[in-house]
Amino acid sequence: MLRYVLRRLLEMVPTTFGVLLLSFVLFYVVGGSPAQTVLGQHATQEAIAAFDAANGYDLPLFCGNWAELDALRRAPGGGTELAFSLGPGRYALPGAREAVLRDVGTGAERTLPVGADGAVEVPEGARLTAADGAVAARRHTRHFFDSQFVRYLNGLVHLDLGMSLETKQPVTQVLLQGLLPTLSLSVPILFFGALFGVVLGLLCAAAQGGWLDRGILAFSTALMSVNYVVWILLGQFLLGFKWPLFPIWGYESAYYLVLPVAIGVVSALGGDVRFYRAAILDEIYRPYVRTAVSKGLGRGRTLFVHVLRNSLIPIVTYVSLSIPYLFTGSLLLESFFGIPGLGSVSINAINSADMSVVRAVVIFGALLYQAVNLLTDIAYGWLDPRVRVAQ
Amino acid sequence: MNAAAETAARRGPSAWARLWADKVTRLCVVAIALYTLTALYGEAVYRYYKGALWEGAPACLTWGPERVPPYNQVHLESRYLPPLSVAAWPARTLADGTAVPETRHRYWLGSDNLGRDVLQRLVQGARIAFHVGVMTSLIAIPLGVLLGCLGGYFGGKVDSLVVWLCATVSAMPGLLFILAIALIAGKGLFGIYLGIGLTTWVSVCRNIRAEVLKHRDRAYVQAARVLGYSHPRILFLHILPNVMHIVLISFSIRFPASVATEVFVSFLGIGVQGEPSWGIMINNARARLWQGIWWELAFVSLAIFLLVLIFNRLADALRDVFDPALRNR
Repeated sequence: MLRYVLRRLLEMVPTTFGVLLLSFVLFYVVGGSPAQTVLGQHATQEAIAAFDAANGYDLPLFCGNWAELDALRRAPGGGTELAFSLGPGRYALPGAREAVLRDVGTGAERTLPVGADGAVEVPEGARLTAADGAVAARRHTRHFFDSQFVRYLNGLVHLDLGMSLETKQPVTQVLLQGLLPTLSLSVPILFFGALFGVVLGLLCAAAQGGWLDRGILAFSTALMSVNYVVWILLGQFLLGFKWPLFPIWGYESAYYLVLPVAIGVVSALGGDVRFYRAAILDEIYRPYVRTAVSKGLGRGRTLFVHVLRNSLIPIVTYVSLSIPYLFTGSLLLESFFGIPGLGSVSINAINSADMSVVRAVVIFGALLYQAVNLLTDIAYGWLDPRVRVAQ
Repeated sequence: MNAAAETAARRGPSAWARLWADKVTRLCVVAIALYTLTALYGEAVYRYYKGALWEGAPACLTWGPERVPPYNQVHLESRYLPPLSVAAWPARTLADGTAVPETRHRYWLGSDNLGRDVLQRLVQGARIAFHVGVMTSLIAIPLGVLLGCLGGYFGGKVDSLVVWLCATVSAMPGLLFILAIALIAGKGLFGIYLGIGLTTWVSVCRNIRAEVLKHRDRAYVQAARVLGYSHPRILFLHILPNVMHIVLISFSIRFPASVATEVFVSFLGIGVQGEPSWGIMINNARARLWQGIWWELAFVSLAIFLLVLIFNRLADALRDVFDPALRNR
């Protein structure tokens, strides 16, 4: 068993790395620096460069010795010049003939000749104020792996996902605050969804081909086809407004959760019933069922004890793999019912283009998926010895 | 009886014949054809008022200045009219100086909060839904088929890479991933195409890969190998035609799913801008629902429901016919 768990853990490594890499590519490489969003349309070149330097957005993506700086501008007389002065460090300014260093304390300036490779060393207490004619400005990084990717991994390990632009709180804190409301919504949805789904699936399978089966199946297909948005609007309008049975806004008591949970269950029920029915039908023609029936076992006992137990494996997989989707699946549900969970946090973040929160929720969701996947696999190995041996 | 006829008799009716024999499936096909025609009509109206076949088209494909299309025309005097009502639009002058006399207009499906025609907007919504359904399939299916074929056929390292890619993408939280891609690609339809297309190829890839794996060691593939055919030729000319039904089934599943996702994304304001997508219409209609203005929401919901339902039903029928092993699913 231990060996099985270890092997599963090891197999998880590449996928987790892939998930981290993919979110990095999506949010850092394609998404780029959020400086313009944070600082506004009229931010100066210097302010943007300072923001990028503070957050590491000017560093190389994966590895490298040079950080590309956006520090040049067109000079009035033609050619290029430095847009702002640069602090201490090692720079490369290819194309510049000479560089002007100013001492911060005394204000004295001195001019250094710049070699063919453009290397300039700015000592402590001095600033580089001019380097006319440079075609590029690069700063030497602290070490070869001082890159955005390493910074990103480092932040993840330290649970530091940046600051939310909107609420000015650390993103980790925003996520933690949203966790409890989300769980209080998604756990009942998961439970009742599985319960009703399995009961209806069993009913269908027991009456396979009959009018009940066909009726439930057709109804499930119809349920599947109603848009999620429509479910919410219809539920709120009919049960919250026309017949005001339930509150439609707020998070004060369990009663506030009844309507959103009901909507969450109903909207997923169609697909669930169809899956459970298929999983149970896969079992129902096995020889052991025939044996059970021919030795005189009642229909109910055969179905509920023998068949259900054996079809539990696909059912458990299906349910457990839907766990990670629950917290994002309730995106709209939460924001419509005023439940301050991860879903409404994400919707607000998307509406205000608060990328650090969106990024954190995506990464969190992906890692959660990995964890649930691993736990499901371990549960398999524990439940079904065949799995442990075969793989 | 000659040999060919004998084989045909032994095999029974073809998959297509069996598909067409089912009355409900036939109804679905007809309904899809009607929806497609509606979408094409919407496209024609859109292009006509755009004044050119596409942005920056040569002069021979351009027929006039861009005008405000009917589905975006605001008539504040006839807001919130219920279905079937007739409104008299007073005489007015357009921005370009054309005088329009007083007209009577029948709102078959009512008007919205700006007096725009719900029916005309619904048709445009169908156009956008088809754009999304087709474009996302054009991204997801070729990608999924290519990767699935390569992984299933070559196995080994290639397969590991394909499986790893699938596992990675499917681990990302679906809807948020789509929203994030759409947000990064910029608001508008292109972001939606990319977002949905780049996240949904995984299921296509998995199904194709599983099917190609089954075919890889069949006699006809071995025969082709013995004949010295190249790998691409075996893969794409011999195996691929035999797994094409998966592509068809995938399309019929992906299409309604993409439409539903587009509604969701546009509803959140990340999708189409300035054009009446179904999601935007729902968002527009929901504020007035409480005052009894039910028609816009009702008709849009119905249009989405029917489109998704007929595609779901068709997908079931296709799967039953082409993949009898999955009949119960």
